[in-house]
Amino acid sequence: MKRTALVLVILALVTLPYWIGGSYYINIASQILIWAIFALGLNVLVGYGGLVSLGHAGLFGVAGYAAAWLVAAGASQLAAGVGALALTLLTSALFAVLALRATGIGFLMITLALGQILWGIAYRWISLTNGDNGINLSARPMPLGWSLAKPGAFYIATLVVFGLAVAAMARFAASPLGTSLRGSRDQPRRMTALGYDVWLIRFLAFVFSGFWTGIAGLLFCYYNQFVSPHLLALSSSAEVLLMVISGGSGTLLGPVVGAALVVVMKTVASGYIERWNLVLGAIFVAIIVLMPEGLVPGSWRLWHQAWHRRGPSAAEVSR
Amino acid sequence: MSQWVVIAVNSVSLGGLLFLLSAGFSLIFGLMRIPNLTHGSLFMLGAYVGVTGLRLGLDFWSASLLSGFAMAAFGGLIERFLLRRLQGQELPQVLLTLGLSFMIADLCLMGWTGDPISVNTPATLRGLVPVLGFVFPIYRLAIVLIAVLTAAALWAMLDWTRLGAMIRAGVDDAPMARVMGIPVSRLFTAVFSLGAGLAGFAGVLGAPILSVYPGLDADMLPLALIVVILGGTGSLLGALVGSFVIGMLYNFGPALFPELAYVVLFLPMLLVLVLRPQGLFGRRAP
Repeated sequence: MKRTALVLVILALVTLPYWIGGSYYINIASQILIWAIFALGLNVLVGYGGLVSLGHAGLFGVAGYAAAWLVAAGASQLAAGVGALALTLLTSALFAVLALRATGIGFLMITLALGQILWGIAYRWISLTNGDNGINLSARPMPLGWSLAKPGAFYIATLVVFGLAVAAMARFAASPLGTSLRGSRDQPRRMTALGYDVWLIRFLAFVFSGFWTGIAGLLFCYYNQFVSPHLLALSSSAEVLLMVISGGSGTLLGPVVGAALVVVMKTVASGYIERWNLVLGAIFVAIIVLMPEGLVPGSWRLWHQAWHRRGPSAAEVSR
Repeated sequence: MSQWVVIAVNSVSLGGLLFLLSAGFSLIFGLMRIPNLTHGSLFMLGAYVGVTGLRLGLDFWSASLLSGFAMAAFGGLIERFLLRRLQGQELPQVLLTLGLSFMIADLCLMGWTGDPISVNTPATLRGLVPVLGFVFPIYRLAIVLIAVLTAAALWAMLDWTRLGAMIRAGVDDAPMARVMGIPVSRLFTAVFSLGAGLAGFAGVLGAPILSVYPGLDADMLPLALIVVILGGTGSLLGALVGSFVIGMLYNFGPALFPELAYVVLFLPMLLVLVLRPQGLFGRRAP
């Protein structure tokens, strides 16, 4: 049954441009997928590593800016993309070395400071980044000669990358590295005592997270064909963190649901509800107070409780 | 030459404003171990409430005090009814304050529109005073004076009163203080309320200089954050020194390195975080 559902979901996603009606909605779907990749990347740290970063928009922006800048400087799209990813990986490694001197709130603050520095560079170092005016990207890349100019084509390309991201996340979560990362989240001392290098595990997780953040940043740059300092602002970091936490951190589906929720609120609902930011904030507060584990695991729990009303649930027995 | 003096005066007055904002932030951080991400929003909301007070015909000082009390009450409610539910879970608490800051920003936009509002300097403090051959705007000097007086009052409160002793005990070791019979939860509410009140008061006080606009919260919060990290959490002296250092960096940075202004602002904080995580005047966490 689970397999049938999966096949149906994939089928629905692939055929989405044909049934959703209009390029406006196709573009929103592309945005959801891009933010979902970003949220999945952050989820590696927040969900599996227990390390809450408020500076990931910096990495997201580095990828976008580097690609736009390299293309503007005359590099080919391929070279620019590879160069941008390499720079993002390097920045992630640097972020990791600095931020991993702390955990918990300290980690959050260091990443916030690092993100603000990158934002400051994008905003103020005008000779390099063109400041508030941002940089235009002349055209979307053409992988294997396939034009991505149309919304439908771009959506399919994004969907392919999204599929790869989900597969990579599932593989990562089940891998020895993912398992030991969860171990280092729950019991860092025991992991150290068992001979694991907790710092190295976290470092690798940070770089892996940075890689997918960079991929999302690249896609976002291709999507808008424009980068601006707004990309790196604290509000971007907060928004993506909101996606991860509202959907359910440490799950595969949670960040995707969270991304869909936030993007839909931002684009679609803002047309009907004038105060969408207020509603978004209220949803966020309600989720944290009422369903701290996030929408996906929270709904799962409620559903289970309703289903097994008669007998005690497994969680209650083990307690 | 005189250009630098002007920048120096602006630095010191911004430092005073930052102290009023970050003293409460620092105490909240020290006691509750959370960076209160609504602090910038309380500053902005306080400023807007002050604007409304002025429009209703209040004079500047009544408006600022009233706004301070209103924010204190509001902060107390947030702590008592939202943060209290998540006691001991620091990350959800931080995220809750983040969500609240979204909501407050939008409510301000709804209530006071998106146009920047400029506030007149109170009539008694307009004009300039000549000191040592330079002229200084009186209002900016008054802000510094108010900040220093507030610092002294907070100091006296923390060092000489019973409440202050309880707060210090809570900052040093909250679980142990609780065991000793100190009502730490009520202390949380009191300190949060105090910090919120100071932030609202500072918002009105800063309005003639900064004016009031959407996004003021996002401009002030990072500054308070840097001040507290630089100075050390829970340390009043740290907040005072940090405020003036950041006031300087904020004004001299763009003048000296226009392109790297924000790097100049955030780099010291980063260095402190990496090299001396407890801050310049903070004590190492137990």
